[in-house]
Amino acid sequence: MAYVLEYDEDLLIEEQGFDDHFHEHHHGDKYQSSFINTYIFSMDHKMIAKQFLITGIFWAIIGAAMSIVFRLQLGFPEENLAWLQPLLGKWITVNDSGIGTLDPQFYYALVTMHGTILVFFVLTAGLSGTFSNLLIPLQLGARDMASPMLNMLSYWFFFMAGLVMFLSLFLSTGPFAGGWTGYPPLSALPQASSGSGAGMTMWIVSLVLFVVSVLLGGINYITTVLNLRTKGMTMWRMPLTIWAFFVTAILGLLSFPVLASAFFLMMCDRGLGTSFYLSEIFIGGAPLDNVGGSPILYQHLFWFLGHPEVYIIILPAMGLVSEVMSVHARKPIFGYKAMVFSILAIGFLSFIVWAHHMFMSGVNPFIANFFVIFTLIIAVPSAVKVFNWIATLYGGNIRFTSAMLFSIGFVSMFISGGLTGIFLGNSTIDIQMHDTYFVVAHFHIVMGIAAFFGMYAGVYHWYPKMFGRFMNETLGKIHFWGTMIGAYAIFWPMHYLGLAGVPRRYYKFDTFDAFAHFGDMNKFITIAAIVVFFLQILFVINFFYSIFKGRKMKTKNPWGATTLEWTTPVEGIHGNWPGNLPSVHRWAYDYGKDGIEFIPQYVPINENESEEH
Amino acid sequence: MSVAVENFRNNRIHPKVFALVTACVSMTMLFAAFTSAYVVRQAAGNWLEFPLPTYFYVSTGIIVLSSVLLHSSYVSFKNGKEAAYKGLMVVSALLGIAFVVCQVLGFYEMEAMGIELTGNPSGSFVYVIAAVHAAHVLAGIAVLAVAMLHAFLLPFNPTPARKLRFQQTIIYWHFVDILWVYLLFFFILQQT
Repeated sequence: MAYVLEYDEDLLIEEQGFDDHFHEHHHGDKYQSSFINTYIFSMDHKMIAKQFLITGIFWAIIGAAMSIVFRLQLGFPEENLAWLQPLLGKWITVNDSGIGTLDPQFYYALVTMHGTILVFFVLTAGLSGTFSNLLIPLQLGARDMASPMLNMLSYWFFFMAGLVMFLSLFLSTGPFAGGWTGYPPLSALPQASSGSGAGMTMWIVSLVLFVVSVLLGGINYITTVLNLRTKGMTMWRMPLTIWAFFVTAILGLLSFPVLASAFFLMMCDRGLGTSFYLSEIFIGGAPLDNVGGSPILYQHLFWFLGHPEVYIIILPAMGLVSEVMSVHARKPIFGYKAMVFSILAIGFLSFIVWAHHMFMSGVNPFIANFFVIFTLIIAVPSAVKVFNWIATLYGGNIRFTSAMLFSIGFVSMFISGGLTGIFLGNSTIDIQMHDTYFVVAHFHIVMGIAAFFGMYAGVYHWYPKMFGRFMNETLGKIHFWGTMIGAYAIFWPMHYLGLAGVPRRYYKFDTFDAFAHFGDMNKFITIAAIVVFFLQILFVINFFYSIFKGRKMKTKNPWGATTLEWTTPVEGIHGNWPGNLPSVHRWAYDYGKDGIEFIPQYVPINENESEEH
Repeated sequence: MSVAVENFRNNRIHPKVFALVTACVSMTMLFAAFTSAYVVRQAAGNWLEFPLPTYFYVSTGIIVLSSVLLHSSYVSFKNGKEAAYKGLMVVSALLGIAFVVCQVLGFYEMEAMGIELTGNPSGSFVYVIAAVHAAHVLAGIAVLAVAMLHAFLLPFNPTPARKLRFQQTIIYWHFVDILWVYLLFFFILQQT
């Protein structure tokens, strides 16, 4: 029989806490004295987290809407799209009989922008930007980030990156259309396609700004985690969320500069006439001067970022899921140290597997073997994590909140998507699978849907911390079940398309008899995608409605969690704690220990307490 | 930085210094990527060999000297020697400018050799890598300009806050110095 420990939280923090003389400085007031420095150029990590999240939601809607437009083209290629003309303008061409069709050039632009927006703006900035900012100081017992100024700049560089990308959507020549990876020569030659001119210039400027944002954020996260932990918060007492954000920041710091170098060389090729990536190219029958470059060089540099990037996306989701799962299963996370070591192992391995994206680019088969082996080894720490999540659920007193449902959904998606990764990681099987819908299905499930589920788990769980109110649980559950079923309905059939060799990124398949019988399957996928899209709109409505009208959070710790963020005042003050900083006496997962339901981290070790976790 | 940081002065490394070192790590990755790209591209053949411009050796001497002088300026600052602090700082900033000038002269020398920016990538790599490095040195000169403003406008007083700021300045200046020495050795060693 679990019972609740009796203690006075405020008294305990004040007595046991750590006085950092914070409140003697009286800077708090000038810090947030006007509308502009409270809501716009804020240097408070909680506000910056909300800025990242809401900007991420904005981009997610745009990115998802783009996918609906190109799914309409794929599912219903003969259908009249004239009704989209008010939105897309000249990109919908209407013939004499009034039938509107999507411009093929713009189809490629949509696919490219969908990828760029979702990977960088939503799942990197919107996910790790939001939760690293919110949770690192709160869960570590810090007043704020190491440098609130750099933190603010990090958001505004992201904002500028978004602004440039957004404006590129309205260019008369269209945004960049050469795929989100920006492979040369399509990206390196302004004359290669209509999106490769101004569209590509803006794409590259936007992403350079984005790299600056990630680096400023990452420097801050690493410095804060290593230097600003409160008294007693050793590395081994940090919640798994913090471990995940920490390793994510290290990956970003080491891999994004490499992307920047790839872009520098690209800019020289585009603007100064160098030939880093270009060699012996004919355009319109006329040869170009460029000799001696190698487009494969760009691929190496791009994927040296690109592969760590997928872990930059998934690790924060893993951290959030671990934490949410432990709280709502009322059980300590199973195998805490194994979880930490598997995060570190995944982080390390992510740097030595990049060429598995390039098996079909003419990589030496002996070198490919090396990358196959390390790619498959990633299955080991991933499996450790999956096992630990399932073991955490086993025998737990599970509360099926929306946050918990999305955490469990995450594990399902991660398994489904991870298994197909083992197919694709083999260079021989990749000969058939490369650039087919199998790849699309794989990465959407494992880093798209799974990362989104982790993000939703985080949003539902920490929403009260952000806004002092709860999101609507009924809508949350509709959102979960609809998305869970709908996401599988979209991506499961794509595996079959891929195995049959249907190539990705094609505008339509009417000239391919081999793929004719997949027409109905494509219709099904499109309909499922539309349903799932509207379920996400439901989430957005729930999100914004609850900011103003949601059920109020009356107690500081509504979920009965052990971590420090739930000891701060409900209204969220600058400096996070009104008095002393809490000091930490135990790890973050004392649930059900000695029959006590949960013991927060700031509660000192009782002399009669049992030793082990 | 915030008050949150100021209360953690008992840390062995100040968080601000740590953040700067972290930033230097990411800049190192930028150049590691450039030089790896160089190696990969060179291994693919069709690679033009040419001697490095002599100005690059001159500039190396200059930037190393500048680094040493700025360090002595820091030592003088800590020991309360105001004249040496100011003088050495000005000289090292001037040497920094001289370094950038030498790099540009080196580019002209390469052009005179017939190695142009747009030719074989072996030349383009040297131009681009040296230019991106020079941009980092220019940023360092900007930092030194701020340090000189502090030196000449504020009353001489080695407070912990100013020491810390100066410490950050020299860390960055040493970083761009060491970075160039690495790049020079890299270029020399890659010439087989």
